[in-house]
Amino acid sequence: MSEAVLIEIALTILRARLRQTIVAAVGVTFGITMFIALLSFMSGLNHLLDGLVINRTPHVRLYKEVEPSKNQPVNISSQYQKNYNFISSVKAANSRQEIYDAGKIIHTILQDTRVEGLSRKALSQVFFNDGAVDITGVMNGIEPDKEVKLYRFGDYIIKGNALDLETVPNSIILGKPLAEKLMADIGDVIQVTTARGDAFKLKVVGFYQSGLADFDKTQSFVLLGTVQKILNQPASYVTDIQVKLHNLALAPSVAKEYSRVFNTNAVDIQTANAEFSTGTQIRNIISYAVGVTLLIVAGFGIYNILNMMIYEKMDTIAILKATGFAGRDVKRIFLFISISIGFFGCMAGLLLGYLLSRLINSLPFTSAAIPTLRTFPVDYSPLYYIIAIIFSFITTYFAGWFPARKASKVDPVVIIRGK
Amino acid sequence: MQKILEASSICKSFYDPVTIEVLHNITFNVVKGEFVSIIGKSGCGKSTLLYVLSTMDTDYTGTLLIDGEPMRGKKEKELAVVRNEKIGFVFQFHYLLNEFSVLKNVMLPALKLAKYSRDEITERALKKLDILGMKDLADKKAGNLSGGQKQRVAIARAMINDPIIIMGDEPTGNLDRKNSQVVFETFKQLSAEFKQTLLIVTHDPDFAESTNRIIEMDDGKIIRQ
Repeated sequence: MSEAVLIEIALTILRARLRQTIVAAVGVTFGITMFIALLSFMSGLNHLLDGLVINRTPHVRLYKEVEPSKNQPVNISSQYQKNYNFISSVKAANSRQEIYDAGKIIHTILQDTRVEGLSRKALSQVFFNDGAVDITGVMNGIEPDKEVKLYRFGDYIIKGNALDLETVPNSIILGKPLAEKLMADIGDVIQVTTARGDAFKLKVVGFYQSGLADFDKTQSFVLLGTVQKILNQPASYVTDIQVKLHNLALAPSVAKEYSRVFNTNAVDIQTANAEFSTGTQIRNIISYAVGVTLLIVAGFGIYNILNMMIYEKMDTIAILKATGFAGRDVKRIFLFISISIGFFGCMAGLLLGYLLSRLINSLPFTSAAIPTLRTFPVDYSPLYYIIAIIFSFITTYFAGWFPARKASKVDPVVIIRGK
Repeated sequence: MQKILEASSICKSFYDPVTIEVLHNITFNVVKGEFVSIIGKSGCGKSTLLYVLSTMDTDYTGTLLIDGEPMRGKKEKELAVVRNEKIGFVFQFHYLLNEFSVLKNVMLPALKLAKYSRDEITERALKKLDILGMKDLADKKAGNLSGGQKQRVAIARAMINDPIIIMGDEPTGNLDRKNSQVVFETFKQLSAEFKQTLLIVTHDPDFAESTNRIIEMDDGKIIRQ
C-alpha cells in the first residue's frame, strides 16, 4: 500500500513537470540510440572484416612442407648414438607434397568432438594455355559441398555456381582476373598443362573473386578428383587437410597437438592471421568507450534535471515529511522518478537504435572484397540491447540516487518556517 | 485526565553566529480534549517550540512525551510514523501539494498510514471535507483554491488519521478577517463537537481569548499558563 502511494506521488510529480521529464528522457534515448546503432554497425563491420579471413580460412590446416628432414638417418641409428654426428649441406629430398596416410588422419580427426568438420584439398601447379602464352597458376582440387558449408566458398563465386563443379564433368572455376586474361566466359573450354606436360581440357562453370586481385589472378578450382587425375595420383592423394573447429580459440593448441600426433605440419588461424584479432579488439574498445560515454553524459542530464526538480519541489518534500513520510520514502519517490525517466528513455532508445541500425543497414555499400555485400553491414545481436538496458538502469539509478538522497535530507522546519 | 503531551525542561539554542537560547526550560502539559493556544510577541520562540513539540525539530534538550511515549532517541523513520499517526499539522502558508486534487491531498497521510483500504480512505476523506464544508471542491486541483479554502483543506488533512492532537502554526496568520473567522470557528467546532485536542500558536489575542487555555511566552520562557 505504502509503495503504491510513493509511486502515485512520483508519477504525479512527473506529470506536473512533463517537459523537464521529456528532456531528461530524450537524453537517455539519444544515448541508447547511438550506443546501439554504433555498436551494431561497428560489430557488423568487424564481422565483415573478420569474415574476410576467418570464414574462408581453415582454423587448423595440416600440410606437408617440403623441407630437409630434421632427423637424419645417422641420428636414428643405434650404432652412432654416442657420437657427435656432423652433417653439412642438408637438402630436402625429392619428397612428396602429399600428406602420408591421409585417410587414417581424417578418420581420427572426424572423431574429435572439438571439430566441426574438415575438407580435403589437393594443390597443383598448372599452366593455362592462352594461345602462344602459358600463364602460371594454381589449381585447387576441392570438395565443393564442404567448402561451401564450412568456408562460405559460395560467397566468393560471383558468376556461376560452386556446386556445378560436381555436376559438370571436367569443370573449372577461374579467378575473375585470370578468366579475363584468358578471355574465357562460362561454358567455354580452356586448356591446362601440368608441370609434367600433360594437357587437359576443362569447362569453365564459374568465376571466383576474393578481393585480393593478385591472388585471384592465379587461382582456379576443380574437383579434388580432377587434380588427382591430372597429377596421375590415387584417390588418397591429399596435400591439405582443412579443419574447422567449434571453438576458434582452441585452434593453436589443436594445431600443436595434430602436428605432434600426425607427424606433419599444422598451422592455426591465429598464427596465420595475427593482425586481424588485434584490429577487432581495438575497434571494439573504441565503440564501447564512445557508447558508454554517451550514456554517462545522459546520466549527468538526469542528475541535473532531478536536482532542479528537487529545488522546485522543496515545499512538497517538506509537506510530505511533516505529514508523516520518512526520508526513506522521499528518497524512493525521487529514485522512482529517475528510474522511470531511464526506463522510458531506454525503451524509446532501443526502438530508435533498432530503426537507425536498419537505416544504416539499408545504405548502399559495395566492396570488391566481398561480392555478396550490397549495403553497410549491421550486426543485430541482442547482446547490445541487453547491455544498453543494463547500463541505462545503472546510470539512471546513480544519477537519481544522489539528488534523491539530498531530497531525503531536506529539513522540513527550514522550508516551512523560511517562507 | 489523560495527558496527550508532556514537555519538561525543554531548552533549545541556535549556535549561528553566536549562541542564543531560544527556548528556556519549557515545562507544560496538554490533556485530552483541551484547546490550548500559545501566544507571545514575534520572535519569542513560540513557533520554535511548536516544531520541537511536533517532532520535526530534534535538536533540543529536555524530555518530550507524546501519548506517554518519549520522543527522544527515536529514529527519523519512527518520528515520521508518530507524525503520521498521532499529530495533525496546520501551517501558516496552507502547504497543500498543488499537483494533487483536494481529495488526494487529504488522503495522502492516510494512504501512507495504510490502516484502511483505499475505498475507506476516500470515504473518510470526503467525510472530513464535508465537516469543513469543502466536499464540493474535492475534485479540484489544490492550486486553484483560495487561501481560506486551502487552509480548510489543510485542516481536513490534519484530521484524516484521527490524530490525538492537531497543532497549528499561526493557521490564520495569512488569511483575511473573514477567512480567519471561518478557520477559527472550524477549530472551535472540532474542539466542542469532536473533543479534538488542539494546540495552536497565534498572535491574534481575540483568537486566544476564546480558547480553553492560553500559554503566554516571552523571550523563550513561559510567563503565564
